[in-house]
Amino acid sequence: MSIRVNGSAEELPGDPRVSLLDYLREHLLLHGTKKGCDQGACGACTVLVDGQRVLSCLALAIQYDGRSVTTIEALPVDGDLHPLQRAFIVHDGFQCGYCTPGQLCSAVGMADEARRGVPSQVTADLSAETIELGYDELRERMSGNLCRCGAYNGIIAAIAETYAAEVAG
Amino acid sequence: MIPFSYARAVDTADALRLGATSGARYLGGGTNLVDLMRETIERPGMLVDVTGLSDTIEERRDGGLLIGAATRNTAVAEHRAVRTRYPVLTRAIVAGASPQIRNMATVGGNILQRTRCAYFYDQDGSRCNKRAPGQGCDAIDGFNRSHAILGASSACVATHPSDMCVALAALGAIVHLRGAGGERTVPLTDLHRVPGDHPEVETVLEPGELITAVELPALPVAARSTYRKVRDRASYAFALVSVAAALELEGDANIRGPITGGTVKDVRLALGGVATKPWRAWRAEEALAGRPATRESFRAAAEAELADASPLRENGFKIDLATRTIVAVLGELTGGLA
Repeated sequence: MSIRVNGSAEELPGDPRVSLLDYLREHLLLHGTKKGCDQGACGACTVLVDGQRVLSCLALAIQYDGRSVTTIEALPVDGDLHPLQRAFIVHDGFQCGYCTPGQLCSAVGMADEARRGVPSQVTADLSAETIELGYDELRERMSGNLCRCGAYNGIIAAIAETYAAEVAG
Repeated sequence: MIPFSYARAVDTADALRLGATSGARYLGGGTNLVDLMRETIERPGMLVDVTGLSDTIEERRDGGLLIGAATRNTAVAEHRAVRTRYPVLTRAIVAGASPQIRNMATVGGNILQRTRCAYFYDQDGSRCNKRAPGQGCDAIDGFNRSHAILGASSACVATHPSDMCVALAALGAIVHLRGAGGERTVPLTDLHRVPGDHPEVETVLEPGELITAVELPALPVAARSTYRKVRDRASYAFALVSVAAALELEGDANIRGPITGGTVKDVRLALGGVATKPWRAWRAEEALAGRPATRESFRAAAEAELADASPLRENGFKIDLATRTIVAVLGELTGGLA
Protein backbone atom coordinates (compact mmCIF):
# COMPACT_ATOMS: atom_id res chain seq x y z
CA MET A 1 0.00 0.00 0.00
CA SER A 2 1.38 3.37 -0.90
CA ILE A 3 0.39 6.96 -1.30
CA ARG A 4 2.02 9.84 -3.16
CA VAL A 5 2.71 12.87 -1.01
CA ASN A 6 4.04 15.95 -2.78
CA GLY A 7 5.28 13.73 -5.58
CA SER A 8 7.04 11.09 -3.47
CA ALA A 9 5.79 7.54 -3.01
CA GLU A 10 5.36 6.82 0.69
CA GLU A 11 4.36 3.78 2.74
CA LEU A 12 1.01 3.99 4.47
CA PRO A 13 0.84 3.30 8.21
CA GLY A 14 -0.12 -0.19 9.38
CA ASP A 15 -2.51 1.09 12.04
CA PRO A 16 -5.81 2.08 10.39
CA ARG A 17 -6.53 4.55 13.20
CA VAL A 18 -3.94 7.03 11.92
CA SER A 19 -5.59 10.06 10.37
CA LEU A 20 -4.19 11.54 7.19
CA LEU A 21 -3.33 14.61 9.26
CA ASP A 22 -1.32 12.70 11.86
CA TYR A 23 0.29 10.67 9.11
CA LEU A 24 1.51 13.82 7.37
CA ARG A 25 2.69 15.53 10.55
CA GLU A 26 3.94 12.68 12.75
CA HIS A 27 5.06 10.06 10.22
CA LEU A 28 6.30 12.17 7.32
CA LEU A 29 7.25 15.18 9.50
CA LEU A 30 5.43 17.55 7.16
CA HIS A 31 4.44 20.03 9.83
CA GLY A 32 3.00 22.65 7.49
CA THR A 33 -0.46 21.10 7.67
CA LYS A 34 -1.96 22.23 10.98
CA LYS A 35 -4.14 20.51 13.55
CA GLY A 36 -6.80 22.95 14.73
CA CYS A 37 -10.00 21.40 16.05
CA ASP A 38 -9.30 17.81 14.90
CA GLN A 39 -13.05 17.38 14.36
CA GLY A 40 -13.81 18.92 10.98
CA ALA A 41 -14.93 22.33 12.17
CA CYS A 42 -12.04 24.71 11.39
CA GLY A 43 -10.38 23.81 8.06
CA ALA A 44 -6.79 24.26 9.34
CA CYS A 45 -5.89 20.73 8.20
CA THR A 46 -7.07 21.21 4.60
CA VAL A 47 -4.91 19.43 1.99
CA LEU A 48 -5.47 18.52 -1.66
CA VAL A 49 -6.12 14.91 -2.65
CA ASP A 50 -5.93 14.44 -6.42
CA GLY A 51 -6.49 18.19 -6.60
CA GLN A 52 -9.61 18.22 -4.40
CA ARG A 53 -9.58 19.95 -1.04
CA VAL A 54 -10.39 17.69 1.92
CA LEU A 55 -10.04 17.78 5.70
CA SER A 56 -7.12 15.56 6.63
CA CYS A 57 -8.26 15.30 10.26
CA LEU A 58 -11.42 13.40 9.28
CA ALA A 59 -9.61 11.20 6.77
CA LEU A 60 -8.11 7.87 7.73
CA ALA A 61 -4.76 7.66 5.95
CA ILE A 62 -5.39 4.06 4.97
CA GLN A 63 -8.40 5.14 2.88
CA TYR A 64 -6.07 7.09 0.60
CA ASP A 65 -4.10 4.16 -0.77
CA GLY A 66 -3.03 4.94 -4.31
CA ARG A 67 -4.04 8.61 -4.11
CA SER A 68 -1.93 11.70 -4.53
CA VAL A 69 -1.76 14.26 -1.72
CA THR A 70 -0.48 17.82 -2.00
CA THR A 71 0.32 19.80 1.14
CA ILE A 72 1.42 23.38 1.71
CA GLU A 73 5.06 22.25 1.44
CA ALA A 74 4.53 21.61 -2.29
CA LEU A 75 2.64 24.79 -3.10
CA PRO A 76 5.70 26.88 -4.05
CA VAL A 77 6.83 26.41 -7.64
CA ASP A 78 10.59 25.87 -8.20
CA GLY A 79 11.34 27.40 -4.82
CA ASP A 80 9.33 30.54 -5.52
CA LEU A 81 6.22 31.30 -3.51
CA HIS A 82 2.94 30.43 -5.20
CA PRO A 83 1.22 33.61 -6.51
CA LEU A 84 -1.46 33.08 -3.88
CA GLN A 85 1.16 33.04 -1.11
CA ARG A 86 2.62 36.32 -2.41
CA ALA A 87 -0.87 37.82 -2.48
CA PHE A 88 -1.45 36.77 1.15
CA ILE A 89 1.69 38.71 2.11
CA VAL A 90 0.68 41.78 0.10
CA HIS A 91 -2.87 41.81 1.51
CA ASP A 92 -2.10 40.85 5.13
CA GLY A 93 -4.01 37.59 4.75
CA PHE A 94 -2.92 36.38 8.18
CA GLN A 95 -1.86 37.43 11.63
CA CYS A 96 -0.71 34.42 13.68
CA GLY A 97 -0.48 32.27 10.55
CA TYR A 98 -1.86 29.06 12.04
CA CYS A 99 -4.82 28.77 9.67
CA THR A 100 -2.80 29.95 6.65
CA PRO A 101 -1.66 26.59 5.19
CA GLY A 102 -5.27 25.41 5.28
CA GLN A 103 -6.52 28.67 3.78
CA LEU A 104 -4.01 28.41 0.94
CA CYS A 105 -4.69 24.77 0.09
CA SER A 106 -8.41 25.42 0.37
CA ALA A 107 -8.23 28.39 -2.01
CA VAL A 108 -6.30 26.35 -4.59
CA GLY A 109 -8.98 23.66 -4.46
CA MET A 110 -11.71 26.31 -4.48
CA ALA A 111 -10.37 27.84 -7.69
CA ASP A 112 -10.45 24.44 -9.35
CA GLU A 113 -14.07 23.91 -8.28
CA ALA A 114 -15.00 27.32 -9.68
CA ARG A 115 -13.28 26.51 -13.00
CA ARG A 116 -15.38 23.33 -13.16
CA GLY A 117 -18.52 25.38 -12.55
CA VAL A 118 -19.39 23.83 -9.18
CA PRO A 119 -22.19 26.01 -7.78
CA SER A 120 -22.27 27.35 -4.23
CA GLN A 121 -25.02 28.40 -1.89
CA VAL A 122 -24.91 31.96 -3.23
CA THR A 123 -24.81 31.08 -6.93
CA ALA A 124 -27.99 32.62 -8.31
CA ASP A 125 -28.28 30.67 -11.56
CA LEU A 126 -27.61 26.95 -11.20
CA SER A 127 -27.71 26.46 -14.96
CA ALA A 128 -24.81 28.87 -15.54
CA GLU A 129 -21.73 27.23 -17.08
CA THR A 130 -19.24 29.59 -15.50
CA ILE A 131 -18.92 31.00 -12.02
CA GLU A 132 -18.19 34.66 -11.41
CA LEU A 133 -16.01 34.74 -8.33
CA GLY A 134 -17.22 37.93 -6.68
CA TYR A 135 -16.72 38.62 -3.00
CA ASP A 136 -19.95 36.89 -1.95
CA GLU A 137 -18.93 33.74 -3.80
CA LEU A 138 -15.41 33.81 -2.34
CA ARG A 139 -16.66 34.32 1.20
CA GLU A 140 -19.13 31.46 0.88
CA ARG A 141 -16.65 29.13 -0.83
CA MET A 142 -14.01 29.81 1.85
CA SER A 143 -16.45 29.51 4.77
CA GLY A 144 -15.00 26.14 5.79
CA ASN A 145 -11.75 27.80 6.84
CA LEU A 146 -11.89 29.74 10.07
CA CYS A 147 -9.38 32.45 11.03
CA ARG A 148 -9.57 33.34 14.70
CA CYS A 149 -7.34 36.38 14.17
CA GLY A 150 -10.08 37.64 11.87
CA ALA A 151 -7.89 38.26 8.83
CA TYR A 152 -10.81 37.48 6.55
CA ASN A 153 -10.75 40.73 4.59
CA GLY A 154 -7.10 40.25 3.70
CA ILE A 155 -7.61 36.58 2.91
CA ILE A 156 -10.48 37.29 0.53
CA ALA A 157 -8.63 40.21 -1.08
CA ALA A 158 -5.62 37.96 -1.72
CA ILE A 159 -7.73 35.19 -3.22
CA ALA A 160 -9.73 37.64 -5.31
CA GLU A 161 -6.57 39.18 -6.74
CA THR A 162 -5.12 35.76 -7.55
CA TYR A 163 -8.14 34.03 -9.02
CA ALA A 164 -11.14 36.25 -9.69
CA ALA A 165 -10.07 37.48 -13.11
CA GLU A 166 -8.80 34.09 -14.15
CA VAL A 167 -11.92 32.14 -13.23
CA ALA A 168 -14.42 34.70 -14.47
CA GLY A 169 -12.50 34.94 -17.74
CA MET B 1 -9.74 5.60 19.07
CA ILE B 2 -10.47 1.98 19.91
CA PRO B 3 -8.53 -0.45 17.67
CA PHE B 4 -10.38 -1.82 14.64
CA SER B 5 -9.55 -3.66 11.45
CA TYR B 6 -9.99 -2.18 7.99
CA ALA B 7 -10.92 -3.73 4.66
CA ARG B 8 -11.63 -2.16 1.33
CA ALA B 9 -14.60 -3.72 -0.51
CA VAL B 10 -13.93 -4.37 -4.20
CA ASP B 11 -17.61 -4.81 -5.11
CA THR B 12 -21.03 -5.00 -3.49
CA ALA B 13 -20.85 -8.76 -2.85
CA ASP B 14 -17.48 -8.30 -1.19
CA ALA B 15 -18.88 -5.46 0.92
CA LEU B 16 -21.82 -7.59 2.07
CA ARG B 17 -19.54 -10.51 2.94
CA LEU B 18 -17.26 -8.24 4.97
CA GLY B 19 -20.21 -6.31 6.39
CA ALA B 20 -21.64 -9.51 7.87
CA THR B 21 -18.71 -9.64 10.30
CA SER B 22 -19.76 -8.96 13.87
CA GLY B 23 -19.04 -5.34 14.82
CA ALA B 24 -18.48 -4.25 11.21
CA ARG B 25 -19.56 -0.86 9.94
CA TYR B 26 -19.54 0.51 6.41
CA LEU B 27 -17.26 3.50 5.90
CA GLY B 28 -17.88 6.25 3.34
CA GLY B 29 -16.02 9.55 3.43
CA GLY B 30 -15.61 9.24 7.19
CA THR B 31 -16.63 12.81 7.94
CA ASN B 32 -19.08 11.73 10.63
CA LEU B 33 -18.08 8.18 11.55
CA VAL B 34 -14.37 8.91 12.07
CA ASP B 35 -15.24 11.84 14.32
CA LEU B 36 -17.62 9.69 16.38
CA MET B 37 -15.00 6.93 16.64
CA ARG B 38 -12.47 9.43 17.95
CA GLU B 39 -15.03 10.33 20.62
CA THR B 40 -15.53 6.55 21.22
CA ILE B 41 -19.27 7.04 20.70
CA GLU B 42 -19.00 4.71 17.71
CA ARG B 43 -16.92 1.61 18.44
CA PRO B 44 -16.84 -0.61 15.37
CA GLY B 45 -14.53 -3.61 15.43
CA MET B 46 -14.11 -3.40 11.68
CA LEU B 47 -14.53 -0.77 8.99
CA VAL B 48 -15.59 -1.88 5.53
CA ASP B 49 -14.60 0.89 3.14
CA VAL B 50 -17.28 1.17 0.46
CA THR B 51 -15.99 4.30 -1.26
CA GLY B 52 -14.74 2.12 -4.14
CA LEU B 53 -18.30 1.04 -5.04
CA SER B 54 -20.60 2.80 -7.48
CA ASP B 55 -20.06 6.55 -7.70
CA THR B 56 -21.80 7.11 -11.01
CA ILE B 57 -24.92 9.10 -11.78
CA GLU B 58 -26.95 7.20 -14.33
CA GLU B 59 -29.67 8.72 -16.50
CA ARG B 60 -32.72 6.44 -16.45
CA ARG B 61 -34.87 5.92 -19.52
CA ASP B 62 -37.92 7.26 -17.68
CA GLY B 63 -36.16 10.59 -17.06
CA GLY B 64 -35.06 9.86 -13.49
CA LEU B 65 -31.54 9.53 -12.11
CA LEU B 66 -29.80 6.70 -10.27
CA ILE B 67 -27.03 7.98 -8.01
CA GLY B 68 -24.47 5.46 -6.76
CA ALA B 69 -24.18 5.52 -2.97
CA ALA B 70 -20.43 6.23 -3.06
CA THR B 71 -20.93 9.40 -5.12
CA ARG B 72 -19.43 12.35 -3.29
CA ASN B 73 -21.80 15.14 -2.28
CA THR B 74 -20.00 17.67 -4.51
CA ALA B 75 -20.33 15.39 -7.53
CA VAL B 76 -24.10 15.22 -7.03
CA ALA B 77 -24.43 18.98 -6.52
CA GLU B 78 -22.45 19.86 -9.65
CA HIS B 79 -24.07 17.29 -11.96
CA ARG B 80 -25.81 19.11 -14.78
CA ALA B 81 -28.98 17.01 -14.73
CA VAL B 82 -29.32 17.53 -10.98
CA ARG B 83 -28.79 21.28 -11.31
CA THR B 84 -31.37 21.70 -14.02
CA ARG B 85 -33.98 19.02 -13.23
CA TYR B 86 -33.68 18.80 -9.43
CA PRO B 87 -32.26 22.19 -8.35
CA VAL B 88 -33.55 21.68 -4.80
CA LEU B 89 -31.03 18.86 -4.40
CA THR B 90 -28.06 20.95 -5.51
CA ARG B 91 -29.24 23.83 -3.31
CA ALA B 92 -29.63 21.55 -0.28
CA ILE B 93 -26.22 19.92 -0.70
CA VAL B 94 -24.34 23.20 -1.09
CA ALA B 95 -26.13 24.54 1.99
CA GLY B 96 -24.62 21.74 4.08
CA ALA B 97 -21.24 21.40 5.81
CA SER B 98 -18.22 22.96 4.03
CA PRO B 99 -16.78 22.41 0.54
CA GLN B 100 -14.00 20.21 1.96
CA ILE B 101 -16.52 17.99 3.74
CA ARG B 102 -18.78 17.83 0.67
CA ASN B 103 -15.78 16.65 -1.37
CA MET B 104 -15.35 13.73 1.04
CA ALA B 105 -18.86 12.80 2.14
CA THR B 106 -20.75 10.14 0.18
CA VAL B 107 -24.48 10.01 -0.53
CA GLY B 108 -24.88 6.83 1.53
CA GLY B 109 -22.96 8.29 4.44
CA ASN B 110 -24.91 11.54 4.36
CA ILE B 111 -28.17 9.58 4.69
CA LEU B 112 -26.83 7.59 7.65
CA GLN B 113 -25.14 10.43 9.53
CA ARG B 114 -25.93 10.73 13.21
CA THR B 115 -27.50 13.62 15.06
CA ARG B 116 -25.37 16.54 16.26
CA CYS B 117 -27.31 16.77 19.56
CA ALA B 118 -24.68 17.97 22.07
CA TYR B 119 -25.95 15.52 24.69
CA PHE B 120 -25.42 12.62 22.29
CA TYR B 121 -21.79 13.74 21.94
CA ASP B 122 -21.25 14.41 25.65
CA GLN B 123 -20.50 10.85 26.66
CA ASP B 124 -18.91 11.68 30.00
CA GLY B 125 -21.39 14.25 31.26
CA SER B 126 -24.87 13.61 29.86
CA ARG B 127 -27.52 10.97 29.58
CA CYS B 128 -28.65 9.99 26.08
CA ASN B 129 -31.06 7.24 25.07
CA LYS B 130 -29.64 7.17 21.58
CA ARG B 131 -26.09 6.55 22.80
CA ALA B 132 -26.98 4.41 25.84
CA PRO B 133 -30.52 2.98 25.48
CA GLY B 134 -32.63 3.38 28.61
CA GLN B 135 -30.28 5.90 30.21
CA GLY B 136 -32.59 8.90 29.87
CA CYS B 137 -32.41 12.14 27.88
CA ASP B 138 -30.80 15.30 29.21
CA ALA B 139 -31.87 17.36 26.21
CA ILE B 140 -35.59 17.31 27.02
CA ASP B 141 -35.11 19.52 30.09
CA GLY B 142 -31.76 20.93 29.00
CA PHE B 143 -30.47 23.38 26.43
CA ASN B 144 -32.80 22.43 23.61
CA ARG B 145 -32.96 25.46 21.35
CA SER B 146 -31.76 23.39 18.38
CA HIS B 147 -33.93 20.34 19.03
CA ALA B 148 -36.97 18.81 17.34
CA ILE B 149 -40.56 20.01 17.50
CA LEU B 150 -41.88 17.28 15.18
CA GLY B 151 -41.56 13.49 15.44
CA ALA B 152 -40.03 13.57 18.92
CA SER B 153 -40.82 11.28 21.85
CA SER B 154 -40.29 11.29 25.61
CA ALA B 155 -37.10 9.33 24.90
CA CYS B 156 -35.46 11.56 22.27
CA VAL B 157 -35.78 15.03 20.76
CA ALA B 158 -32.65 15.02 18.57
CA THR B 159 -32.89 16.34 15.03
CA HIS B 160 -31.66 14.62 11.89
CA PRO B 161 -28.89 16.92 10.66
CA SER B 162 -28.84 16.31 6.89
CA ASP B 163 -29.75 18.98 4.36
CA MET B 164 -29.46 16.60 1.41
CA CYS B 165 -32.05 14.24 2.92
CA VAL B 166 -34.61 17.04 3.18
CA ALA B 167 -34.40 17.55 -0.56
CA LEU B 168 -34.49 13.78 -1.16
CA ALA B 169 -37.63 13.55 1.00
CA ALA B 170 -39.34 16.29 -1.03
CA LEU B 171 -38.34 14.61 -4.30
CA GLY B 172 -39.73 11.21 -3.30
CA ALA B 173 -36.30 9.60 -3.63
CA ILE B 174 -36.09 5.80 -3.48
CA VAL B 175 -33.19 4.21 -1.59
CA HIS B 176 -31.78 1.00 -3.08
CA LEU B 177 -30.53 -1.52 -0.54
CA ARG B 178 -28.71 -4.84 -0.67
CA GLY B 179 -28.40 -7.27 2.17
CA ALA B 180 -28.29 -10.96 3.01
CA GLY B 181 -31.90 -11.25 1.86
CA GLY B 182 -31.19 -9.71 -1.55
CA GLU B 183 -32.15 -6.35 -3.00
CA ARG B 184 -34.99 -4.10 -1.97
CA THR B 185 -36.02 -0.47 -2.26
CA VAL B 186 -37.36 1.84 0.44
CA PRO B 187 -38.66 5.39 -0.01
CA LEU B 188 -36.29 7.84 1.70
CA THR B 189 -39.24 9.02 3.79
CA ASP B 190 -39.61 5.49 5.21
CA LEU B 191 -35.90 4.81 5.73
CA HIS B 192 -35.47 6.82 8.92
CA ARG B 193 -37.58 5.96 11.97
CA VAL B 194 -39.03 8.40 14.46
CA PRO B 195 -37.46 7.66 17.85
CA GLY B 196 -40.47 6.37 19.84
CA ASP B 197 -39.16 4.20 22.68
CA HIS B 198 -36.06 3.18 20.73
CA PRO B 199 -34.12 6.21 19.54
CA GLU B 200 -31.03 4.02 19.14
CA VAL B 201 -32.71 2.35 16.14
CA GLU B 202 -32.54 5.12 13.58
CA THR B 203 -33.40 3.40 10.29
CA VAL B 204 -35.19 0.37 8.91
CA LEU B 205 -31.90 -1.08 7.63
CA GLU B 206 -31.24 -4.70 8.61
CA PRO B 207 -27.87 -5.58 10.14
CA GLY B 208 -25.27 -5.67 7.37
CA GLU B 209 -27.62 -4.13 4.82
CA LEU B 210 -25.93 -1.64 2.49
CA ILE B 211 -27.26 1.42 0.67
CA THR B 212 -26.19 0.91 -2.94
CA ALA B 213 -27.92 3.82 -4.71
CA VAL B 214 -30.49 6.58 -4.48
CA GLU B 215 -33.05 6.89 -7.24
CA LEU B 216 -34.63 10.21 -8.15
CA PRO B 217 -37.90 9.51 -9.94
CA ALA B 218 -38.79 11.59 -13.01
CA LEU B 219 -40.57 14.59 -11.50
CA PRO B 220 -41.44 17.54 -13.74
CA VAL B 221 -42.46 19.72 -10.78
CA ALA B 222 -38.89 19.49 -9.48
CA ALA B 223 -37.63 21.78 -12.25
CA ARG B 224 -39.11 24.64 -10.21
CA SER B 225 -37.74 23.81 -6.78
CA THR B 226 -35.49 25.33 -4.18
CA TYR B 227 -34.09 24.99 -0.68
CA ARG B 228 -33.81 27.60 2.03
CA LYS B 229 -31.84 27.09 5.22
CA VAL B 230 -32.19 29.35 8.24
CA ARG B 231 -29.36 29.21 10.77
CA ASP B 232 -27.37 31.24 13.27
CA ARG B 233 -24.69 32.25 10.78
CA ALA B 234 -24.62 32.61 7.01
CA SER B 235 -22.68 29.44 6.28
CA TYR B 236 -21.20 26.28 7.76
CA ALA B 237 -23.79 25.70 10.50
CA PHE B 238 -26.64 23.27 11.01
CA ALA B 239 -30.20 24.36 10.28
CA LEU B 240 -32.60 25.83 12.78
CA VAL B 241 -35.23 25.44 10.08
CA SER B 242 -34.89 24.45 6.46
CA VAL B 243 -37.45 24.04 3.71
CA ALA B 244 -37.21 22.05 0.48
CA ALA B 245 -40.02 22.84 -1.92
CA ALA B 246 -41.17 22.27 -5.49
CA LEU B 247 -44.24 23.95 -6.90
CA GLU B 248 -46.16 23.83 -10.14
CA LEU B 249 -49.21 25.97 -10.76
CA GLU B 250 -52.12 25.32 -13.10
CA GLY B 251 -51.52 26.95 -16.47
CA ASP B 252 -47.83 27.29 -15.72
CA ALA B 253 -46.39 27.13 -19.23
CA ASN B 254 -43.06 28.83 -18.65
CA ILE B 255 -41.47 27.08 -15.70
CA ARG B 256 -38.56 29.51 -15.53
CA GLY B 257 -40.51 32.74 -15.73
CA PRO B 258 -42.55 34.43 -13.04
CA ILE B 259 -46.09 33.33 -12.38
CA THR B 260 -48.82 35.84 -11.92
CA GLY B 261 -51.63 33.75 -10.55
CA GLY B 262 -53.26 30.37 -10.62
CA THR B 263 -53.85 27.39 -8.40
CA VAL B 264 -51.52 24.74 -7.05
CA LYS B 265 -51.26 21.84 -9.47
CA ASP B 266 -48.42 19.97 -7.77
CA VAL B 267 -46.37 20.71 -4.68
CA ARG B 268 -43.61 18.92 -2.75
CA LEU B 269 -42.52 20.13 0.64
CA ALA B 270 -40.11 18.85 3.27
CA LEU B 271 -38.58 20.32 6.42
CA GLY B 272 -35.18 20.10 8.07
CA GLY B 273 -33.86 21.24 11.43
CA VAL B 274 -37.22 20.76 13.13
CA ALA B 275 -37.77 17.01 13.17
CA THR B 276 -36.23 13.75 14.29
CA LYS B 277 -36.06 12.59 10.67
CA PRO B 278 -36.10 14.25 7.24
CA TRP B 279 -39.67 15.52 7.41
CA ARG B 280 -41.95 15.30 4.39
CA ALA B 281 -44.75 17.82 4.95
CA TRP B 282 -47.56 15.60 3.71
CA ARG B 283 -50.26 17.56 5.52
CA ALA B 284 -49.19 20.86 4.05
CA GLU B 285 -49.07 19.33 0.58
CA GLU B 286 -52.59 17.98 1.04
CA ALA B 287 -53.82 21.35 2.26
CA LEU B 288 -52.32 23.07 -0.79
CA ALA B 289 -53.61 20.77 -3.53
CA GLY B 290 -55.88 22.72 -5.89
CA ARG B 291 -55.78 25.84 -3.70
CA PRO B 292 -55.07 29.32 -5.04
CA ALA B 293 -51.38 30.21 -4.86
CA THR B 294 -51.72 32.94 -2.28
CA ARG B 295 -49.94 33.87 0.90
CA GLU B 296 -53.09 32.91 2.83
CA SER B 297 -53.22 29.35 1.52
CA PHE B 298 -49.47 28.93 1.99
CA ARG B 299 -49.80 30.05 5.59
CA ALA B 300 -52.79 27.79 6.23
CA ALA B 301 -50.87 24.82 4.84
CA ALA B 302 -47.81 25.59 6.96
CA GLU B 303 -49.99 25.89 10.04
CA ALA B 304 -51.64 22.56 9.28
CA GLU B 305 -48.21 20.92 9.12
CA LEU B 306 -47.11 22.42 12.41
CA ALA B 307 -50.41 21.93 14.25
CA ASP B 308 -49.01 18.97 16.20
CA ALA B 309 -45.62 20.51 16.91
CA SER B 310 -44.41 19.94 20.48
CA PRO B 311 -42.11 22.77 21.54
CA LEU B 312 -39.62 22.36 24.35
CA ARG B 313 -38.53 25.15 26.68
CA GLU B 314 -36.17 26.84 24.21
CA ASN B 315 -37.29 25.87 20.71
CA GLY B 316 -40.86 27.18 20.45
CA PHE B 317 -39.61 29.85 18.04
CA LYS B 318 -39.17 27.12 15.43
CA ILE B 319 -42.95 26.93 14.93
CA ASP B 320 -43.15 30.53 13.74
CA LEU B 321 -39.83 30.33 11.94
CA ALA B 322 -40.85 27.19 10.02
CA THR B 323 -44.26 28.65 9.17
CA ARG B 324 -42.75 31.86 7.82
CA THR B 325 -40.00 30.06 5.94
CA ILE B 326 -42.52 27.77 4.22
CA VAL B 327 -44.60 30.78 3.17
CA ALA B 328 -41.51 32.64 1.95
CA VAL B 329 -40.14 29.70 -0.06
CA LEU B 330 -43.47 28.95 -1.73
CA GLY B 331 -43.79 32.65 -2.48
CA GLU B 332 -40.33 32.63 -4.05
CA LEU B 333 -41.37 29.69 -6.24
CA THR B 334 -44.41 31.58 -7.50
CA GLY B 335 -42.08 34.33 -8.68
CA GLY B 336 -42.74 36.65 -5.79
CA LEU B 337 -46.56 36.68 -5.85
CA ALA B 338 -46.87 35.82 -2.18
